[in-house]
Amino acid sequence: MSETITFTIDGVKVQGAGGQTILQAAQDAGVYIPRLCAKEELSPFGSCRVCTVLVDGRPQTACTYPIAEDMIVESDSEQVAAIRRDIIDMLFVEGNHYCMFCETSGDCELQALAYRFGITAPKFPYMFPKREIDMSHPEIFIDRDRCILCARCVRASRDLDEKAVFQFVGRGPDKRIAVNAESRLVDTNIDVTDEAISICPVGALIRKKGSYAVPYGQRKYDHEPIGSDIEKARKAE
Amino acid sequence: MSTTDTKRIVIEPVTRVEGHGKVTILLDEQKQVTEARFHIVEFRGFERFVQGRPFWEVPVIIQRLCGICPVSHHLCAAKAMDIIVGADKLTPTAEKMRRLMHYGQTLQSHALHFFHLVSPDLLLGFDADPKIRNVIGVIEKFPDLAVQGVMMRKYGQEVIKATSGKKIHGTGAIPGGINKNLSIEERDALLADIDQQMEWARGALKVARDYTVENLDKIASFGSFDSNHLSIVRQDGCLDLYDGNLRAIDAEGNSIFDQVAPKDYLNVIAEEVRNWSYMKFPFIKEIGPENGWYRVGPLARINTCDFIDTPEAEAARKEFMAVTDGKPNNITMAYHWARMIETLHSAEKIQELLNDPDLQGEDLLVTGERRDEAVAIVEAPRGTLFHHYKVNDQDQIVMANLIVSTTSNNEPMNRAVRKVAQDHIAGAAEITEGLLNRVEVAIRAYDPCLSCATHALGQMPLIVELYDADGGLIDKKVKG
Repeated sequence: MSETITFTIDGVKVQGAGGQTILQAAQDAGVYIPRLCAKEELSPFGSCRVCTVLVDGRPQTACTYPIAEDMIVESDSEQVAAIRRDIIDMLFVEGNHYCMFCETSGDCELQALAYRFGITAPKFPYMFPKREIDMSHPEIFIDRDRCILCARCVRASRDLDEKAVFQFVGRGPDKRIAVNAESRLVDTNIDVTDEAISICPVGALIRKKGSYAVPYGQRKYDHEPIGSDIEKARKAE
Repeated sequence: MSTTDTKRIVIEPVTRVEGHGKVTILLDEQKQVTEARFHIVEFRGFERFVQGRPFWEVPVIIQRLCGICPVSHHLCAAKAMDIIVGADKLTPTAEKMRRLMHYGQTLQSHALHFFHLVSPDLLLGFDADPKIRNVIGVIEKFPDLAVQGVMMRKYGQEVIKATSGKKIHGTGAIPGGINKNLSIEERDALLADIDQQMEWARGALKVARDYTVENLDKIASFGSFDSNHLSIVRQDGCLDLYDGNLRAIDAEGNSIFDQVAPKDYLNVIAEEVRNWSYMKFPFIKEIGPENGWYRVGPLARINTCDFIDTPEAEAARKEFMAVTDGKPNNITMAYHWARMIETLHSAEKIQELLNDPDLQGEDLLVTGERRDEAVAIVEAPRGTLFHHYKVNDQDQIVMANLIVSTTSNNEPMNRAVRKVAQDHIAGAAEITEGLLNRVEVAIRAYDPCLSCATHALGQMPLIVELYDADGGLIDKKVKG
């Protein structure tokens, strides 16, 4: 059994297991730390930076930083919220996110985070990148306009589906998600039931059938902000 | 400064219509009208936006071209996508939910137009001081009527919300059906108010009817002219705003064509492009561009249909047709009366549907054999709306063509402007308020939606400019 580590989040003493990241230990304790690239079933990646916290006063990604005895973590403060707000804002302007007709609207983690942080419009200028849509597969499509480069699909395809369908190509602002075959999704061995599709936090990887089938009022984030499930667990205790 | 006597009058933008338009009137040496044009100066882009997008997104994207009757575009695109997914017959629940959505929209759109945009002209007079000839003036002088307008609009929006999820830009209609039924709670909330809506619709119909009948001498020739009329009708000739085949009649009521399936619309309709407007000019092919233009909307629909399948609207239709001895009514201002007949019809249909248990059904979607081309038509509040799409084998839209109702009414609106200009402006030495109002009143009868027709948004101060033949500015007035 791993050792118990005691540390502090926002002034509250929390116990976690050795080897856990701040994000994991906080979640077990009912403290929600926003995240996009992190997912329980995937290995930590640290790309989106939305989970940024202050560890002993320094910004760190909670999804990759291991807990340590007597560590002081600051998550629920205006300073940290401002950092996260800017990061979310940049993710919006870096892509082409048209929530008004996106079929993931209401179920999208990026949109839900924007609502949670009270972002009604980005403060940074839109970059309007030119990105390609891949509709070649009969059951799945990639809309790169909505991709936030979180690499969930890259890791899920490799680690959960054991296929390695996705990878990144390009650098900096030209970085984009690609597939491991020639150039089209239909040329890969992806299957409509693959975890890599359902794990996408936005509307970049979508199954073609069933779009808009869930009416307003029944979508995942229609009634409660993202993270409410984790926070409820703490309140229930 | 030029010495020529030829003058150009510009009204820009035209007020109390949806969107941004401008009118120019050219006068010759004798100050007689040589030409009058209604320009649409906005840019149209939605047919291009949707190219490359998955076809199932179109009903949700395309409705964004308007905030007044987005449901028309939502439903028309959804009907087209039904054809793409091979859903030839929807489930009763899906079809009736969509119809309910459509009647809710017609009710709110007609109410908005009549109570807020038109009533100042009818109730306060064309020549009333513009400071009071607006919706605020109506609220002060006829508070009950103004409140009814607001409440009818609200009710229609609630119907839309119950069927599409949101009051504006919902997602209800999806290819092959609908994504929700009507819950008992939603039904009961709407049923609780329907009697009141019917009462107000009857009242509005009376206002429009009385105005038309009492002022018939004055308005019979106001911006009026003989024209063809076009709409969809049910197979038995009944008025149907949601589905049917095309019917066109001439000014005397003779059939030009009848029961033309939507997919064959290009066999009977063509569009002409003119270099001074972003809006195209559709016409009936068989007659040609010179005389083949036609009117759409409430007036055309009441003229083309053989009957209405709700009792009170049918009684009103008979009274309406009796004014012209059963012949088509070609009076531009009669649009308002026709529009209120449809408002009452919509309320009757909403009541009928709310009492139909099919709306609580669970069977919402059907599919069939995939197709790559589709044409759908609905009767939007402002008239016949055509959506035509082609889809590739990767499910992407490769072609979209929309003929919106205001586009069909383009030539009639130009004719109306010309008629009013000839009757009221010719020979006038200066631009008077009443003169310009009459041009706007004629355009407003068509309830044009310029945002929709060119698919953009606009601000609406009114600028009037008088030019000589060389383009020299002689006179300018600004209001709003």
